[in-house]
Amino acid sequence: MQRFLIFLIAGWSGFFVMAIELLSGRILAPDFGNSIYVWGGVITVFMLALSVGYLLGGRWSLRDPSLRRLALLLVISAAATIPVILLGDAVLAAVFDRIDDPRYGSLLAATLLFFAPTVIAGMVSPYAVRLLVRDSRTSGHFAGLLYFFSTFGSAAGTILTSFYLVLYFEINQILTGLIGVSLALGLLATVIGHRENAPDPSS
Amino acid sequence: MRPIHRLKTLFALVVSLVTTSSAAANVIHTEKSLYRNILIYEEGGQRCMSFSRREQSTRQTCKSLSDPDEFVFTYTKMMMGALYLNPDPHRVLIIGLGGGVLPTALAAIYPDAAIDIVEIDPAVVRVAKQFFGFNPSAKIRVIEEDGRVFAKRAGQADGRYDLIMLDAFDHQYIPEHLLTQEFLLEIKKLLTTDGVLAANTFSTSQLYDHESTTYQSVFGDFYNLRVQWKNRIILAKLGGLPAREALETHAAALESKLQALGFGRDWLLPLFSTKPDWKADARVLTDQYSPSNLLNTPVF
Repeated sequence: MQRFLIFLIAGWSGFFVMAIELLSGRILAPDFGNSIYVWGGVITVFMLALSVGYLLGGRWSLRDPSLRRLALLLVISAAATIPVILLGDAVLAAVFDRIDDPRYGSLLAATLLFFAPTVIAGMVSPYAVRLLVRDSRTSGHFAGLLYFFSTFGSAAGTILTSFYLVLYFEINQILTGLIGVSLALGLLATVIGHRENAPDPSS
Repeated sequence: MRPIHRLKTLFALVVSLVTTSSAAANVIHTEKSLYRNILIYEEGGQRCMSFSRREQSTRQTCKSLSDPDEFVFTYTKMMMGALYLNPDPHRVLIIGLGGGVLPTALAAIYPDAAIDIVEIDPAVVRVAKQFFGFNPSAKIRVIEEDGRVFAKRAGQADGRYDLIMLDAFDHQYIPEHLLTQEFLLEIKKLLTTDGVLAANTFSTSQLYDHESTTYQSVFGDFYNLRVQWKNRIILAKLGGLPAREALETHAAALESKLQALGFGRDWLLPLFSTKPDWKADARVLTDQYSPSNLLNTPVF
């Protein structure tokens, strides 16, 4: 059950990041346009944030790793996305007023709005590897499985958002839904992590 | 879609593929820009620009080689109908250059008008100059920028235009942020108190309904110009639409100028309609909800 939940969290985290990334292009377009460099800025910020997240997630897994802490990452990442809904327009307007060049404008706006939640989301994968791996012989197997779920989730988040969700919902409704699922999944994992009372499955 | 319709669609597609590839077009220039493939070809006495590998399917601009001043496309003729609403524009904004047909014609009619053109793709500007005789005078300014970004900045600087033409869409890809209520409000801000908006829009998909309600939500009633199943032009005016008599007076005054472009009021005036022929409950497009490309799948 725990292992299934860990894979589910990794998959959902991949879904979450890609859905947000696609929506971020939409969110920036009214102020900075839809030029290739706006997408360049968005992708740069997300990749950079994920790279930092991987680093931090791996570090954080060294001390007392637990399912509850993994769930906490999911919850914080979702919470860090709430300002996009509440303050998004104000942040975009402020950047638009101060920076004329839409390249650096979109880069800065994307950084302010999406860097923090994406760093936290990036921490999920290496942290999950730590929870799954029991010994070095199976480490590659579990890392592979985890990559599978995480990247499969990313693919699902990409296609569902761009093909269907934007056709039926407003951007803020989709964001709210994504945050809601993250919080629900985080809560579920916290409860299960608490009940099984197993902070470190490898011990 | 019922199976029989699917078959019909497939059949039509095959026919169009075969006829397109067999049509003898003389390709004179191809170019990959940051945004699209640009194809220039000559065929049947016309030189055309297309944003697709397949000629004809998405012709952006065509120019008659024997009579370069004449308008080839119905939609550009209908766009000029904007002049019936305001026959004396001093400052004009055009979003989307294409081959530069509209600004060239406007500059010929109004040599003193200041014309700003916003085009996102530098390659299109280059090609318009090289292959379509687009030769901007000192009164014409070409700005290579995203139309939305320009509109926002211009709005802050309190720019004012008597005439704005929106022509930034092709049939393959729509910049979705240029179709929303918020964008139209920014455009509206750029218009003078009796300024006129002319917009080239889609009419062969359910996007027609959504665009109609979106424009109406911002500009109120507008003239709806439609020929068969092709383009639809929206003509709106701040401060309300002029009466029929005013249109006719302006049309008479402009007749010789438009005849030089190959058309006149006998053809254009009857197209002016104020009758809504769209679903009034179609969802308005906003920055929050703008799946224009998904809504633009053809209705069969």
